[in-house]
Amino acid sequence: MSLLDLANPSRFLKFADRVLPWLGGVTVVALAFGLNQAMGAPDDYQQGATVKIMFLHVPSAWLGMMAWGIMSIAALGTLVWRHPLADVAAKTAAPIGAAFTLLCLVTGSLWGRPEWGTYWVWDARLTSELVLFLLYLGVIALWRTVEDPSRAARAAAILTLVGAVDLPIIKFSVDWWNTLHQGSSVFRMGGSTIYPTILVPLLVMAVAFTLLFVTLHIAAMRNEILRRRVRTLRLMQAQAAS
Amino acid sequence: MEGINHLPFIVGSYAAAFVVIAGLIGWVTLDFRAQRRALADLEMRGFARRSAPQPAAAALAKEEA
Amino acid sequence: MTPLGALLIRDMRLAVRVGGGALIGVLFFLVVVTLVPFAIGPDLALLKRIGPAVLWLAALLANLLALDRLFAVDHEDGSLDLLLMSRSPLELVVAVKGLAHWLTTGLPLVVAAPLIGLLLNLDGAAQAGLVVTLLAGTPALTFIGLIGAAIAVALRRGGLLLAVLVLPLTVPVLIFGVAAANAVMTGAAPFGTPFTILCALSLASLVVGPFAAAAALRQEIE
Repeated sequence: MSLLDLANPSRFLKFADRVLPWLGGVTVVALAFGLNQAMGAPDDYQQGATVKIMFLHVPSAWLGMMAWGIMSIAALGTLVWRHPLADVAAKTAAPIGAAFTLLCLVTGSLWGRPEWGTYWVWDARLTSELVLFLLYLGVIALWRTVEDPSRAARAAAILTLVGAVDLPIIKFSVDWWNTLHQGSSVFRMGGSTIYPTILVPLLVMAVAFTLLFVTLHIAAMRNEILRRRVRTLRLMQAQAAS
Repeated sequence: MEGINHLPFIVGSYAAAFVVIAGLIGWVTLDFRAQRRALADLEMRGFARRSAPQPAAAALAKEEA
Repeated sequence: MTPLGALLIRDMRLAVRVGGGALIGVLFFLVVVTLVPFAIGPDLALLKRIGPAVLWLAALLANLLALDRLFAVDHEDGSLDLLLMSRSPLELVVAVKGLAHWLTTGLPLVVAAPLIGLLLNLDGAAQAGLVVTLLAGTPALTFIGLIGAAIAVALRRGGLLLAVLVLPLTVPVLIFGVAAANAVMTGAAPFGTPFTILCALSLASLVVGPFAAAAALRQEIE
């Protein structure tokens, strides 16, 4: 089965039915392994035990950005090839991406309470994530406002691509804004300060979360295809009845 | 000592992750069941897809290839 | 007269005429700024410190809230279909409509800003900074807002959705606009860096906005 065959919704359903149990199994194993690694990781000499929150925070942040990337690629598929499966992929990635961005914000603020003494600090990373979360909610609101699915897909695709162009600019400007109002940023995780004892569980968790995302996304896409079939059949039924 | 003070936040984070992920899994599973039921209901009332799914899919795939 | 010039004149006439609502943006601007002291108290020192930020925020909201009917009105009376069929490229048509909107809504805000700034105890330098930064920054707001107006064109209740979609995208403009305006007022931070980036944002949105808005209009109206 080539990649092109998957673009057919019926083929995709079959593929999803076959692959989902395996993918789910691998995800569970990876998550269990990652959690085991995370629990076994030693405390950070600066952050102490709260470094364990990072094993959730960083993979969630990664998924929040990855989901927007997937939506942007799907948006190209929608606008250039008018492919219905691209619409489905874009629509279902949005709520999952939003959920992980929310998880990133929640874990970030729970990390901040003991480290900064407050639940929310206008730290550059957290602020960018918040704007990303708002953009996700905007896209979801747009999907829910337009009734016709393919028109909703095209409107959401344009918004997604504009967001993809604007997101790096937002990130840059928030970073700049943060250095301007310096004094609040305590958290620096970049560069050489990450030890292998932390890095390895972090990478394992990132892989496990990515697998989780792929599983959820394929399952949600299957649901969406079925939902569209139900919609078409109901329309046919209504036409036949009239 | 410090670890004990921070324990509620660590537990809270993992609980939040559990809630979010369980919510996503629940959404996907319940939605799947609902769509399956709606499809079965429609098919029972005689509204199958335009043709039998397998030949249609094969024909479409041939067209695309 | 070229078709695009005629369109510019038409849009500006429609905006200024009864029912056009060109100056409602300025009125909204004034009302929002008046409400601020009621919320935070009449402490002039504090008002002066946050003045540029408040004025920028009010200008941002006034500019965007005025945008929601930009394409919707033309869509309802059918003239948008004519514009889509015209021989001028849709991107340029959209850009001209954006320009007309900026001239009738954005520019009055820039003119009114120093006067309204008096209410917040702004001195001459701060007023000058405000005018310069708003002049450089409001085109970006208009042309980013164009995209939202085009996406929301066929929606029955587009106004609130438009704000929700577009406001997060305007974060960079707000950051650099307020930073540059504050730099003029306090003199503590360099003015050139934020102001140059603000101009870059405006120029970039002049390009990206019409293209994205035209694409959205083509997709929506078929």
